[in-house]
Amino acid sequence: MSTAAYAVRDSATMLRRNLKHLARYPSQTLMLIGLPLLFLLLFVYVFGGTMGAGLPGAPAGDRGDYLTFITPGILMMTVASVSIGTAVSVATDMTNGIIDRFRTMAIAKVSVLTGHVLGAMIQTALALAVVFGVAFLLGLETAASAMQWLGLVGLLALLSFAMTWFTVGLGLASPNPETASNWPMIFILLPFVGSGFVPVESMPAGLRGFAEHQPFTPIMDAFRGLLAGSPDGSDAIWAAGWCVVIGLVGYLWSRRLYRLRAAN
Amino acid sequence: MTTRTTAIEVAGLRKSYGDHEVVAGVDLTVPEGTVYALLGPNGAGKTTTVRILSTLLPADAGEARVAGHDVRREADRVRASIGVTGQFSAVDELLTGRENLRLMADLGHLDRCRAETVGERLLERFDLVDAADRRAATYSGGMKRRLDLAMTLVAGPRLIFLDEPTTGLDPRSRRDLWGIVRELVADGVTVFLTTQYLEEADQLADRIGVLDGGRLVAEGTAAELKRLVPGGHIEFQVADSERVAELARRLPEASPNPRALTVTLPHDGSLTTLRRLLDGIDDDAVTGLAVRTPDLDDVFLALTGQPTTDESPEEVAV
Repeated sequence: MSTAAYAVRDSATMLRRNLKHLARYPSQTLMLIGLPLLFLLLFVYVFGGTMGAGLPGAPAGDRGDYLTFITPGILMMTVASVSIGTAVSVATDMTNGIIDRFRTMAIAKVSVLTGHVLGAMIQTALALAVVFGVAFLLGLETAASAMQWLGLVGLLALLSFAMTWFTVGLGLASPNPETASNWPMIFILLPFVGSGFVPVESMPAGLRGFAEHQPFTPIMDAFRGLLAGSPDGSDAIWAAGWCVVIGLVGYLWSRRLYRLRAAN
Repeated sequence: MTTRTTAIEVAGLRKSYGDHEVVAGVDLTVPEGTVYALLGPNGAGKTTTVRILSTLLPADAGEARVAGHDVRREADRVRASIGVTGQFSAVDELLTGRENLRLMADLGHLDRCRAETVGERLLERFDLVDAADRRAATYSGGMKRRLDLAMTLVAGPRLIFLDEPTTGLDPRSRRDLWGIVRELVADGVTVFLTTQYLEEADQLADRIGVLDGGRLVAEGTAAELKRLVPGGHIEFQVADSERVAELARRLPEASPNPRALTVTLPHDGSLTTLRRLLDGIDDDAVTGLAVRTPDLDDVFLALTGQPTTDESPEEVAV
């Protein structure tokens, strides 16, 4: 077999290992999916009435409009939430003796990380499906065409790929799983300081500047446009661009940290 | 095809962390099909040496060839020939014993049929059949060690590294593990192991290297090394410090310890010398007596002039 064939085979083996871990430890997946669902229910049923009325445009919005408004933020939060699990499982692997065992075997080095990335992508897809399901049950309405749905799924895949590589890097950089579990909290909070839950126009000047230009805002705006059936080209380009940057930085950082570990 | 007769060949191996030289110029040769034990206290550089030889760590200087390949330039070829069981458990605790072995078979690129046969055979050989479908997290320390070693053997390596394989095991598990190592050797596998226990090296190894402060201070068969050890010790517990001094005056080779109220002197283990010794001592001066057979401390005392310590002594680069 060629080197590339071994890399694929070893990655598949590592993916199977990670999927078994997910199956053995379902409470983690449930927790990670539960977090965005909790926010969804909280924001729709507790804050939704008031917040919906405050949405710009006439006539005044309601709970249903607010659900539509926050769905992109909740999707973002779902991807971020699953990435906590990724950072923790990477950090756990690295602090465990098993990583040294893998490193003394003649396997494709990258497979340890690709196994985690692929596993996390599957976990994210599952989480997004559940979140979408619940949002539709709550009455989410969308005007997206089939092509726009395809675009939405593509962008979500790109986002979760990027976020996963970035959190693999966080996991590698953390001295232990406990530290690793702290970092991605920032990603869960970022949608709040962006266009996730309120229009950025409603924020005070300084904060608004940050909210408008932070990477999650164009990504959430692109989701919103696609769901509404009126995608904005500029949002989509910014969103895809940010995903590529986050993913590339995450990948190069992870690769560097992984190699550095081998030298000590 | 070339015939290899040397499994491990190391010359001038060095590794430092900052100013601290952990491996300070080690040379050693391990012929194929033999057992080599690296004996030393914590911090002597045993684990670092194993990590370098098993491609986990690059050396700062020196040559190391393992299974006929350079550990640095041909790391993947070395990896394909070796099996490593580290000091800390390297099993996947969320997987069952059987799944752990299967994981190793898949990563060793064994075909499905062979993977199953090898897995079942190893489960039987390591007495893990009953626990095969339980998660490794539920295993006892001894079982984890056995699974760990079984995982190392899945791909059928001809050379295995065992870093302190019995540290933390109860005496029975230790004996079981020794039995397994002997079976491996009978199959012609080369074993490179590290240990803190002279007895373990004595039981298993063809050759023993004594490592202290990153240097091999002695090397030879168990019998050769034992000749270097001046027998055991007799330790007297003495009633008070005056009598410690008095006893030390009477026994010129003794070393008194006034604070611990003990007097220690070398002893060859014979009853005759013990009787003669006791005849010359007042009954009420001595409150207790212990006869100690040679142990790692004695080897170290003899070879380095220092007892074993938990911290490795500061080393100066040569």
